[in-house]
Amino acid sequence: MSVLKSMSSWLAVGALVWILDFAVMGQMNPYFFSVIMYAGINVILAVSLNLVNGFTGQFSMGHAGFMAVGAYVSAYITTSLQASNPELLMGFQGQVIFVCTLFFAGLMAAAVGYIVGLPSLRLSGDYLAIVTLGFGEIIRVTLLNIEAVGGARGIPGVPPLSSFGWVYSFMLFTIFIVWRILHSAHGRAFLSVREDEIAAQSMGVNTTATKVKAFVLASFLAGVGGGLFAHYLQFINPTTFDLNRSFEIIIMVVMGGMGSITGSVFAAAFLTVLREALRDLQTVTHVDLRMVIYSLFLIILMLTRPSGVFGNMELPDLFKRKKRQEV
Amino acid sequence: MIEFFQHIVNGLSLGSIYALIALGYTMVFGILQLINFAHGEVFMLGAFIGMYSTQWLKLYENPSLSSLFICLAIAMVGCAIVGFTIERLAYKPLRGAPRINVLITAVGVSLFLQFSGQLIFGSDPKFFPTIYSPEGMWNIGGVTLSPLHGVVFGISIVLMLILQYIIFNTRLGRAMRAVSYNHDLASLMGIPTDRVISYTFMLGSALAGAAGVMVGVIYPKIDPIMGVMPGLKAFVAAVFGGIGNITGAVVGALTLGLSEEFLVAYWAPTFRDALAFALLILVLLFKPTGLFGSARREKV
Amino acid sequence: MFNIVKVTGNACLALLYVLKPSPPFWGEKEGFCMKQSEKINARKTIKTLKWVSGLLLLALLSTSCTKKDKGASTESDEILVGEVLSMTGPEATFGTSSNSGTLLAVDEINAEGGIKGKKVRVITLDNQGKPEEAATAVTKLITQNNVTAILGEVASSRSLAMAPIAQQYKIPMVSPSSTNPKVTEVGDYIFRVCFIDPFQGKVMAKFALDTLHAKRVAVLRDVKNDYSVGLANFFIETFKAGGGEIIADQSYSAGDIDFKAQLTSIKAKKPDAIFVPGYYTDVGLIARQAVKDVGIKVPLLGGDGWDSPKLVEVGGQSLNGSYFSNHYSTEDKSPHVQSFIKRFKEKFNIVPDGLAAMGYDGAMVLFDAMKRAKTLETKDIRDALAATKDFPGVTGKITMDENRNPVKPAVVIKVVGKDFKYQETVNP
Repeated sequence: MSVLKSMSSWLAVGALVWILDFAVMGQMNPYFFSVIMYAGINVILAVSLNLVNGFTGQFSMGHAGFMAVGAYVSAYITTSLQASNPELLMGFQGQVIFVCTLFFAGLMAAAVGYIVGLPSLRLSGDYLAIVTLGFGEIIRVTLLNIEAVGGARGIPGVPPLSSFGWVYSFMLFTIFIVWRILHSAHGRAFLSVREDEIAAQSMGVNTTATKVKAFVLASFLAGVGGGLFAHYLQFINPTTFDLNRSFEIIIMVVMGGMGSITGSVFAAAFLTVLREALRDLQTVTHVDLRMVIYSLFLIILMLTRPSGVFGNMELPDLFKRKKRQEV
Repeated sequence: MIEFFQHIVNGLSLGSIYALIALGYTMVFGILQLINFAHGEVFMLGAFIGMYSTQWLKLYENPSLSSLFICLAIAMVGCAIVGFTIERLAYKPLRGAPRINVLITAVGVSLFLQFSGQLIFGSDPKFFPTIYSPEGMWNIGGVTLSPLHGVVFGISIVLMLILQYIIFNTRLGRAMRAVSYNHDLASLMGIPTDRVISYTFMLGSALAGAAGVMVGVIYPKIDPIMGVMPGLKAFVAAVFGGIGNITGAVVGALTLGLSEEFLVAYWAPTFRDALAFALLILVLLFKPTGLFGSARREKV
Repeated sequence: MFNIVKVTGNACLALLYVLKPSPPFWGEKEGFCMKQSEKINARKTIKTLKWVSGLLLLALLSTSCTKKDKGASTESDEILVGEVLSMTGPEATFGTSSNSGTLLAVDEINAEGGIKGKKVRVITLDNQGKPEEAATAVTKLITQNNVTAILGEVASSRSLAMAPIAQQYKIPMVSPSSTNPKVTEVGDYIFRVCFIDPFQGKVMAKFALDTLHAKRVAVLRDVKNDYSVGLANFFIETFKAGGGEIIADQSYSAGDIDFKAQLTSIKAKKPDAIFVPGYYTDVGLIARQAVKDVGIKVPLLGGDGWDSPKLVEVGGQSLNGSYFSNHYSTEDKSPHVQSFIKRFKEKFNIVPDGLAAMGYDGAMVLFDAMKRAKTLETKDIRDALAATKDFPGVTGKITMDENRNPVKPAVVIKVVGKDFKYQETVNP
């Protein structure tokens, strides 16, 4: 456990990511590379959603909306820079600007998350789900109507600043942040809200503030994920961030286990790979079976193993088994 | 001025369709405290069942009121069966489970129906054959109403009145109200709750099926994802009127139809879908129980 | 086919592995010395591990199958051309018609012996009508299948999604029917074989002013669609310059089914005609509601997005007396066109619509350029495409100008009952 807690081990993995980036990734087959990149981005989204859905117990269905905000903000900034002074985006300076843009996009997404969360989080269960879904749709429709960001056409020609290094560094960053927060007082507050809100309140936990905190953090990370996505696909438009995108992320979270970071990582990676693997099936049968399989999977999962594949467990727990002493 | 009344007529006509779907949502929520996300897809299936049955029975050869009724009947029966199946397969096994699980399953069923619809029927829009096309236009002081809309509106009102009768004047209705009030106590009183729940689903789904056929008749283009937006909007309407309350659902739906019409006509046509959600958020913020709903106190 | 068998076989194995009871991975599953809590932990761990490994197995084995689906392009006796179209989705007829045209062209080229001694093979991917699927599909075609050129797309919004990628990889892209001017502005590897919207808007505006003598026109555009917005703007520009008045400018979103609010507002302003530059799926409904529900009696005008047999299927009699601009008419008496129609009917049993003709022309122009190019390197194909001059297409003579757009005439089609009848030709 202490291995995971120490910053140095995370930094070491981060360094490994960058070494891989410079050494290997340039030569890789672009199609496999895209699967790896999408897997990384989906992990960021799934882990951030798990923070709200799994660890705080608030079922949010509008995650794609925050992703959209992050994507649009960062894409707008970089495309404007590209148009006016393209040399700013070159080389090391360009990378620094990219990261700043991502953080800014995350902050904007967090701000939107705050605006959305504050009124919605007073509701519970089904209502919260629908309201967050509604907000996701409102964000999408608003973006559709703003001409400055391209309206229905979206923003084409976003500079390809997302590299393997950045995506995976941010992925590690996300996992690290969520992990550390969960093992802190804030994290305990999240868990207590999930377990029994009324008991938590009577113990002095400000439940609304806690929920909003989780929501805002999750939106920030989703915004960063959205920015990385935009700079990889190089093209975004409002339909990319519709209901189905939110559902895809939810499926990843549910499948992995709502309450397990490892689960989200695993499920996000698995479903991304499966999606591309099934594309070949699509060219043979000429129909898109992917979403049918996903939804069927979801139903069967909820009927047979609702806790998801990992349930509450994390990867270290699997190795800890022998040491556990219970009375 | 005439334009204004015309918009009112259009809005009410739109709202009556939402009302039929909203009734299904509100009944199921009243009984099971479950938002049946798949209800919008039942509406879509109603339209498709209607279309295929007209093609199969060649009802488009003599368009008339009776063809419409036959089509409606078939679609309503078909959707009732679909509703029953969904309930038995997906919701019944999760009767005691936490609400989130049921919600996720409902979302899963909805997605499954949408995408398998695209798989089976093809995702390109289909044309609903003309089974009823009355001639001429009714003109009341400059406000025109196509007789088709008038008939559809009339049928919706009749169906709602029938539902009202069933719920308030029959034993089954009393049983449904009892189960919605307190599930366990109702079963202690000898009410076969499982059967009553199934009946509720079937009734709600039948209404959604009727709505599907009528949408197919008025707006002849149907496709497998046509149920998503109307489903969500009908849910908003049900919440607006007070979820669990029949009159509330109807009033909410008509209000939503009217506001949508006026928004599109006078302000921003492209925000039409967002209006429903904005309305939902406002309702939930300021009057979470809706117009006609009663507050349910949460016991610790 | 073999891959599918392999995937399903592996899936079944994985599932069996997960579901059947199996000995634990380490230690005893349940032994005398284990406490109750340890037994529960043990069961939980084992169950999780089974699921995880089952799924990993499934994923690994299914991805291993995709590795085989590559390398067809290393055969050097074939020219691979990629095609991305909307074969399903709301504009499905655009894709299927265009594809039919391409297939006819491929058959004819291969019957003549191919290009430079090699046969042409087209790989068609469906983008379901979504721009991001179009982008992913074109990336896959270029990077996985190593195609030499791309054909597509019909809808301007999807072409705009695909063009930057084709430009980036320097693969020539020929769009059969995207009319929005921005498509070829993306870069010098992007071409089209149809006229562009500034011209098309002008055609309908002049037709409205000169032939229909309409002075007051309302516009109803699809705000979700670049093509519709662009065409509406170009129409308005020319119409106003010619002395006409735009009395209303309403919008809708593709996929809406109720247009009565917009139509009622338009009717109240008493227009002489309504310009509806949308796609056939929505236009059919709009026409129906305009005539039957709102009682509008003036003609509707539109662009080449109307061209589909489904237009009159949905719109019915409501479109009678409306006009739209298109790339060609089946009534064109020239022998070139009639022979194409005959050959198309022989192969597909239906009369080709404008999209099919454009698909055919797009493919033929590409193949002609490949014939003229010095080698089959993408740069040479691009240069040959740019040098296309007076190519005899079935939709007119195609000469690429400096922006890689051809200058071609348009035809105005009148909808009479359920048929499209030729009205007049407008030259640029």
